[in-house]
Amino acid sequence: MADNTYYDPKDLRKFGNITEWSEELGTKFFDYYGKVFEEGALTAREKSLIALAVSHVVKCPYCIDAYTKDGLQRGVTKEEMMEAVHVGAAIESGATLVHGVQMMNKYNKLSM
Amino acid sequence: MATKSLKKQNKELANTERQLEILSNGIFGSDELPTFAKKIKETNQFPLRPKKLEVLQLNLGYMCNQVCEHCHVDAGPDRKEIMTKETMIQCLEVIENTKATTLDLTGGAPEMNPNFRWFVEEASKAGIKDFIVRSNLTIIRANKKYYDLPDFFKKHNIHVVSSMPHWTRGKTDKQRGDGVFDKSIKALQELNAVGYGLPGSPLKLDLVYNPSGAFLPSDQVSMEKDFKKALLEDFGIQFHSLFSITNLPIARFLDYLIASENYEDYMYQLVEVYNPTAVENVMCTNTISVSWDGWLYDCDFNQMLGLKVASKVKHISDYNEEVLNNREIMISQHCYGCTAGAGSSCQGTVA
Repeated sequence: MADNTYYDPKDLRKFGNITEWSEELGTKFFDYYGKVFEEGALTAREKSLIALAVSHVVKCPYCIDAYTKDGLQRGVTKEEMMEAVHVGAAIESGATLVHGVQMMNKYNKLSM
Repeated sequence: MATKSLKKQNKELANTERQLEILSNGIFGSDELPTFAKKIKETNQFPLRPKKLEVLQLNLGYMCNQVCEHCHVDAGPDRKEIMTKETMIQCLEVIENTKATTLDLTGGAPEMNPNFRWFVEEASKAGIKDFIVRSNLTIIRANKKYYDLPDFFKKHNIHVVSSMPHWTRGKTDKQRGDGVFDKSIKALQELNAVGYGLPGSPLKLDLVYNPSGAFLPSDQVSMEKDFKKALLEDFGIQFHSLFSITNLPIARFLDYLIASENYEDYMYQLVEVYNPTAVENVMCTNTISVSWDGWLYDCDFNQMLGLKVASKVKHISDYNEEVLNNREIMISQHCYGCTAGAGSSCQGTVA
């Protein structure tokens, strides 16, 4: 697998290797990443669900794999996961549709 | 959902040597991942040696009323390996003289052993501090003859440790079989009714959580919080502690990992979250596991892999704690399961 595709699931295991070609930035990124997902005003569980929704919106297959597994580990149910995906999808489609107002404005401006 | 053991199905992985071969070859044979021995050598923890013996764990037989998909024992109704009364008598002699402070009965469903009650009555006379029976819960509802088990447990001050993979019906039944969730809930309510698991109650009721799939358990404390909240709100059930246990890649769980093409990822994950601190307290360092036919092992997992203790004393009939304590613990790549993250043991996390 993977010889002729852009995405290989096994590449997720090598994510940490990005630090090898830029240690300072890589290390800063992973420190930041780790800190973001710590328990804070939001629980780690809530953050995991947000990450799952965003993973879908940015259409990152690695992130989807990672946060589906993370959710399973935290006891998140499939119903909760799917609702999170719908939240992402709703915002994404809303973002498209709200541009309809721009289209309507332009239409009205150009029309007599 | 399987209804027969790997053994009954004559599956390749019913053969323990084949399991050990898989665990030693592939990604470990090619050095893609370090073997467990190599890993613990990095922190000078090889060879692994026992510390003070605390737990004597007896497997009363592989027969069970359930056929759980993850079962490392490959237990089920078709397994006929049951501890005889003769072996139990040998165990009782050991129990009377052991320095262990915990006696832990497991199976299969230990209650299905025809001499289970006699053995518990006799063993409880030895006055061991913590006397555990690992009950799958549904056995209490499986047949009228088991209905009074909560009272029996109470009479002998048994510490009940029960499996409960999730607080929702779907996940539980998928792993353990249809109807398991409802029966488990009923059994827990009956245990609560006689005083088990209530706050401050000396009748200890703990639950064991192990993931229903190819992923690791998360933080034991937060899982316990989620379990307690859900079981209390939905069913009025109370319990003391939740032990979170990692599924080890042996027997039916190994078969599942391979069939679902999750084996490599799972092993990568175990190695990635390897925690040398957990090695300090892995259960094989304070446990002796006795099989239904009296052989001695470092843990229940080694028992299922047929890895007997590396000691002159190998059988309950020759039991000698001093000699046994001088052994080296048998290891293979399945041991990564007990050293992942916060560690894993029959008593939950260890690090």
